[in-house]
Amino acid sequence: MSLLELRNIYKIYGDLHALDDVSLTVEKGEWVSIMGPSGSGKSTMMNIIGCMDKPTKGEVLLDGVNIAKESAKNLTGIRRDKIGLIFQQFHLVNYLTAVENVMLAQYYHSMPDEKEALEALDRVGLADRAKHLPSQLSGGEQQRVCVARALINYPEIILADEPTGNLDEANEEIVVDLFHKLHNEGTTLIVVTHDPEVAEVAQRTLVLRNGKLHKEVINQNFTGKIQFEDRQEVQPHA
Amino acid sequence: MFLRMIRGTLLRQWKKMLMIAFTIALGASLASAMLSVMLDVGDKMNQELKTYGANITVVPKASSVLNDLYDVEGDTSGTYLREDELGKIKTIFWAFNIVDYAPFVSTQADLPDGSEVKLTGSWFNHHMELPTGETLDAGICSMRSWWEITDGTWLDEQTMTEEHSAMIGAALAERLGIHAGDTLHVDGTEAALDLHIVGVYDAGGDEDEQIYAPLHTTQTLAGLDGKIDSIEVSALTTPDNELAERAAKDPSSLTVSQYEIWYCTAYASSICYQIQEVITDSVAAPVRQVADSEGAILEKTQLLMILITILSLIGAALGICNLVTASVMERSSEIGLMKAIGAQNGAVSGLVLTEIFLTAIFGGVLGFFAGFGFAQIIGHTVFGSAISLKPMVIPITAVLVVLVTLAGSIPAIRMLLRLRPAEVLHGGH
Repeated sequence: MSLLELRNIYKIYGDLHALDDVSLTVEKGEWVSIMGPSGSGKSTMMNIIGCMDKPTKGEVLLDGVNIAKESAKNLTGIRRDKIGLIFQQFHLVNYLTAVENVMLAQYYHSMPDEKEALEALDRVGLADRAKHLPSQLSGGEQQRVCVARALINYPEIILADEPTGNLDEANEEIVVDLFHKLHNEGTTLIVVTHDPEVAEVAQRTLVLRNGKLHKEVINQNFTGKIQFEDRQEVQPHA
Repeated sequence: MFLRMIRGTLLRQWKKMLMIAFTIALGASLASAMLSVMLDVGDKMNQELKTYGANITVVPKASSVLNDLYDVEGDTSGTYLREDELGKIKTIFWAFNIVDYAPFVSTQADLPDGSEVKLTGSWFNHHMELPTGETLDAGICSMRSWWEITDGTWLDEQTMTEEHSAMIGAALAERLGIHAGDTLHVDGTEAALDLHIVGVYDAGGDEDEQIYAPLHTTQTLAGLDGKIDSIEVSALTTPDNELAERAAKDPSSLTVSQYEIWYCTAYASSICYQIQEVITDSVAAPVRQVADSEGAILEKTQLLMILITILSLIGAALGICNLVTASVMERSSEIGLMKAIGAQNGAVSGLVLTEIFLTAIFGGVLGFFAGFGFAQIIGHTVFGSAISLKPMVIPITAVLVVLVTLAGSIPAIRMLLRLRPAEVLHGGH
């Protein structure tokens, strides 16, 4: 059984079909990128996969449960237990320190555990910055705190929305390396991105256009490492 | 973690929280000031209204029956109260609330010019040694404080040198050409006396055609030793409520507990009842004119204060509403994030409400003390005395602060519950 399965998903706002009959599957431990221009439906798909929205039509099976039919309260529970979210804008609570931001996810999941939160920060290379407020951290460091917060509850899927959108190349590489490490540890990754370099390091790239799944590209040379020196315009294979 | 978040919010948004606390303090201060004055105003108004005279009259039972049946002043001849029982009035349960009283006995007397005059006997400043050890100077000097002395002085029973002194109404004095210091011969039904006139008063009513003399002088003239017609009592009373009105009609209709509450509350009706218990064959009744104006003024004053309280609380609720809604809107991405990482609506609402209530407690306490200060200013300005702190004001103000804070937070909480993480974290689609 696939970890995630979207079956004929539609999301309709009036006359606009933000998602139009989209179907896809993601296996456990897979690293998938979702690409597409603005308005192609990437964020809508991310919201639906992340249990933050429901499709107008179709089924979304997450670990065998059709989340399209769940109540808002249950969706919050599923999100808390199964999904780790990473945002382009980081969305750290600015009056909490790095470690407290990680503990916040623990607090709403089960019990805050500072030791475990510090270990999570250590995994992303920020053990020494644990007591710093977000305003005292660089963009890359803030995104790594965000990754640590997403990891802390051992989610089934890490869902990242433009995780490198606000980062320079050096930090972009650090974050992608983190994803590679997570992938190697068996974590399922779904990364929504504009950036071809970030997209093509995944095992599989899905290209959305006008709400439809336009292309699906398998990365034959998957290394999980970003290759800046070979930067080219992405032309996903059919 | 919860406390760290609360502390973080309060410290980070201290300016906004201070504004919320200030708004709550403003509402709470007005509410506590109005409540303090409102709960104390009954006593204050009573004290003010005492200057308008007695609020309870005691008459013999027989004349009261005639009065009730025919709505006319009863012929009191042959029915009198006993002078020797007057001291008992200061022994009733509510003796402390009896601030003044005076007995009255009236008779007709003939003047030298052949005309007839009404002569009333009473206490002027009668000194009493009470069984409790207290002393009381009671009489019409204080109970007719609005009389204007146009000639001479008030009759002073304690320093009176002449055996039979009296005061004469201005109209009668003018007709007879009498001045203070003159002697007036009066011929009563049982005796004739020469009265030494010590003062001329202008009462602005029927009394201006009468003569007021000490009780024993009038009793001698009328041959009514030890007898009196009526007693006027000035008492501090609690405004009547439904229980008092029911008891006034028939105390036996009350249950035992209702009776105890009524008996142990200073309602005019319960004081009347207690006076009747100690004065043989008497009927004590509130003076409707005074009692009614007391009630009407009290009701209107209290209504005004209730309206001010309600309006100030509505104002505070609207202020809180704006500030809390603005705060939640400012924090929408933070709240969206909490929901995205698994916070249920209850947890987020609980966090925001805790912040607001902590602020409300601060503002409420501040407002309560400020309000008590306002109450003192009102007390000294309007009544010339301090307003006492009624313990009841504290829980009422607390409940009002909670209700106003809740009411003011409702729109913000509704917004918070409707807030979808997807919309605030990265747009809808």
